[in-house]
Amino acid sequence: MRPVIPYVTAALLFGLGAYGVLRRRNAVLVLMAVELMLNAVNLILVTADTTVRAALPHSGQVFALFVIVLAAAEVGVGLAIVLQLYRLRASVAVDEVPLTEPPAGAPVAVGTAAADRPEASTTGHPGAPGGEAR
Amino acid sequence: MTGADVLLLALGAVAVGSGVLVVTTRHLVRAGLYLVVCLGALAGDYLVLTAELVAWVQVLIYVGAVVVLLLFAVMLTRAPIGASDDLDRPGWPAALIGGGAGLGLAALLVDAYRWTAVALPEAGTAERIGGEIFRSWVLPFEVLSVLLLSALVGAVILSRPDIGRPGAGPSSAARPDPAGRSTEAAR
Repeated sequence: MRPVIPYVTAALLFGLGAYGVLRRRNAVLVLMAVELMLNAVNLILVTADTTVRAALPHSGQVFALFVIVLAAAEVGVGLAIVLQLYRLRASVAVDEVPLTEPPAGAPVAVGTAAADRPEASTTGHPGAPGGEAR
Repeated sequence: MTGADVLLLALGAVAVGSGVLVVTTRHLVRAGLYLVVCLGALAGDYLVLTAELVAWVQVLIYVGAVVVLLLFAVMLTRAPIGASDDLDRPGWPAALIGGGAGLGLAALLVDAYRWTAVALPEAGTAERIGGEIFRSWVLPFEVLSVLLLSALVGAVILSRPDIGRPGAGPSSAARPDPAGRSTEAAR
């Protein structure tokens, strides 16, 4: 087995993931590119486990399992954030997210979303995010 | 070139090709399906590299759970069915950094290994990996279980709009409750 083949595969996948994270605008596609990078790291770990004779056998594969669990946790929290962003802005474009807190009373998306929730729940609108679910 | 090398080359080509399609396609749903192909090819890679348990966990968790979650997110954010033109930013920096990272790492690894051959070790079956986890890696395993629990609680809190909104305070968080009850009582 030539270890250079999976190593080069992993390096190219990592480059593709970095390219996708920087290039894509849709937050779900950014998460997919992050998954590519995590899989490249997993492939490196498994290949190194077969290549390097370590003191503890199979520790690379154990680390790959740990990274898979971390990726599952990451995608769960990431999707919760993406869905919350979509609920606030009706858009998941990552380059339209303002990084600073808007001033109080400013008519931007956070203010409107926070302002229309109480009146929506008092009028009994079915699309109200709180109140009706309980 | 042994049979394992040929398999690794073929599966690596499939993985990299579908990875290219994941980051370049203009259909959101197709990106998720190409990601399935890429992760499946990587699971085949793990099988060739004698990591049996990792391969099956990859199929179960990545292909079975993570991709399904991503496709759910694509549908819940009301992605368009056809091709969409606004998925990409104009990005020479992205191509520069991605290509630089990928090709630079590939050059480093090619320089380090240079077509040497190693013998494959004994297979990482579930019995061996389980024994290794519960003999040498018990503490990270337990820490990971705590991390999964905290990630779960964090996702629940993030997706409930009435908990922990900064600035809203407990008064506005409690406001929809009496209003809902009064309208129900009025009906």
